[in-house]
Amino acid sequence: MNTKFLPFEKDLEKIYLAMERNPKDLSLKESFNKTLKEIYSKLEPFDIVEIARHPERPHSEDYIQSLFTDFVEIHGDRCFGDDPSIITGIGKFNGKVVGVLGHRKGQNLKEQLSVNFGMANPEGYRKALRVAKLISEKFKAPIISFLDTPGANPTEGAEERGIASAIATNLMEFFNIRTPIIVVVIGEGGSGGALGIGIGDRILMLKYSIYSVISPEGCASILFGNASKSKEAAKSLKLTAQDLKALNVIDEIIEEPYGGAHRFKEETIKNVGDALEKNLIELVKIPTETLLHMRKEKFLKMGVYREE
Amino acid sequence: MKKIVKVITKNESKEWIRCNGCKKLLYYEELIENKKVCPYCGYHFRLTAKERIEYLLDNGSFKELFRNIKSDDPLNFVDKEPYRAKIDEIEKNGGYSSSIITGEGTINGINVALGVLAFEYIGGSLGAAMGEKLTRLVYYAIENNLPLIVVSASGGARMQEGIISLMQMAKLSAAINDYKKNGKLYISILTNPTYGGTTASFAMLGDIIIAESKAMIGFAGPRVIEQTTKKKLKEDFQTAEFLLSHGFVDMVVERQNLKQEITKLLEFLP
Repeated sequence: MNTKFLPFEKDLEKIYLAMERNPKDLSLKESFNKTLKEIYSKLEPFDIVEIARHPERPHSEDYIQSLFTDFVEIHGDRCFGDDPSIITGIGKFNGKVVGVLGHRKGQNLKEQLSVNFGMANPEGYRKALRVAKLISEKFKAPIISFLDTPGANPTEGAEERGIASAIATNLMEFFNIRTPIIVVVIGEGGSGGALGIGIGDRILMLKYSIYSVISPEGCASILFGNASKSKEAAKSLKLTAQDLKALNVIDEIIEEPYGGAHRFKEETIKNVGDALEKNLIELVKIPTETLLHMRKEKFLKMGVYREE
Repeated sequence: MKKIVKVITKNESKEWIRCNGCKKLLYYEELIENKKVCPYCGYHFRLTAKERIEYLLDNGSFKELFRNIKSDDPLNFVDKEPYRAKIDEIEKNGGYSSSIITGEGTINGINVALGVLAFEYIGGSLGAAMGEKLTRLVYYAIENNLPLIVVSASGGARMQEGIISLMQMAKLSAAINDYKKNGKLYISILTNPTYGGTTASFAMLGDIIIAESKAMIGFAGPRVIEQTTKKKLKEDFQTAEFLLSHGFVDMVVERQNLKQEITKLLEFLP
């Protein structure tokens, strides 16, 4: 219960403080749970943006620690360096070998700074592709990719080393990875930086995660002419799991308890594990050529346009 | 193209334009004759998609394809105005209904499939209509065994189409992947400006990538980078020449030589 309260959780915070003062008053706990449920059953899109960015929300590292055994991290792009903002490796999931890709956001401020808040450099995307190839070709194992980034790193260095080229190459080459790929959006699916490791056969999304072409703040300042219109922009952008399911961009929403993954880590991670297991069982049965064909068709049919 | 200044001389009225590069006043008709390149400083003025097609293809050879695919409004997006009203208005006034013109034609007699992004349509941004038209062009080029040429000029993703716009990057990369396996030569031409989701998908996937001289090309825009890093950027940052020296484009070509350079490459094909 002790967690950083979000701006829309003011009422909850009041009750929490009262609970601290009167630890014996059990009615307060009841009232806390009731209010939590009330608030979480009528969240606005921007509230969900804030949950998705909650610093205590489980990140790729947490899922890897809890869901995989014998995890071996693999480093480097064999070109320039090792980008800590993307974690890649291989381990066992429910006893079966799988490859893992994911943005690394860090658990505390020091870590967050050292991994640049999950904003990856070109070498991160190149490492992800190298490892995806390695896992599919040598270990013949499926791949699970966790998306959680504000976006690719917007710096001079990233541009000099070809961030656009690195992402573009991944978007194309992941269609040639010959084992199943499951993508899970666990927090922030920030634009091209997320999509760079986001091509897969199934795209799953936690209930309180987001996936968007631009941050609501960026959209507000460009299209609304005012960065303070982020709430309106968040609504217009249709970036919640529910919106994306309705738009047929994702396959499945993974349930998350009222209160969010940062309050209910174990339960959320278990839900993710169950969804991965179910989808893996389905995907490994599909013959490779059919799988690759379906992956391609899945993305080729994305688009809404008029044909007159 | 902005600021056409009317200058009245003794008996005639001539249209002049100030060069964005060297600030000299240029006689508009002469500038047009020079393919909108400043004769003094070599500044490349932005072209409309129609002008680009005219400069690149043999006269009268262009046959437009997939014109019937038009922008839609998947999110019922509203910012200062409804997106639907915006696309309807552009369609009514300018005749464009997406940010790309696709078709086929000849370059010095060689048949090609050609897609030209229209910066004049919402900044050449990557919407679903562009995604679909370009995808169909890619498969048309595969079926007809044609070289594929795509000229980019784009601010990046179409924010008003949200996640659908983002997914066009994946869609086009899947199509280009098929072209790489079953098609001929894909030449991607980057012109001023090419940014964001356009650069980070089909534009950077050319077998050959040509940047037009001095064009600005990148993923994140310079303003975003300056705001993030709080550092002033180098003068040549994200120019065509910068990309060449960093190894991300095959060549930088002046607009006057573009058709000729492409012809040479096409003639080398078996």
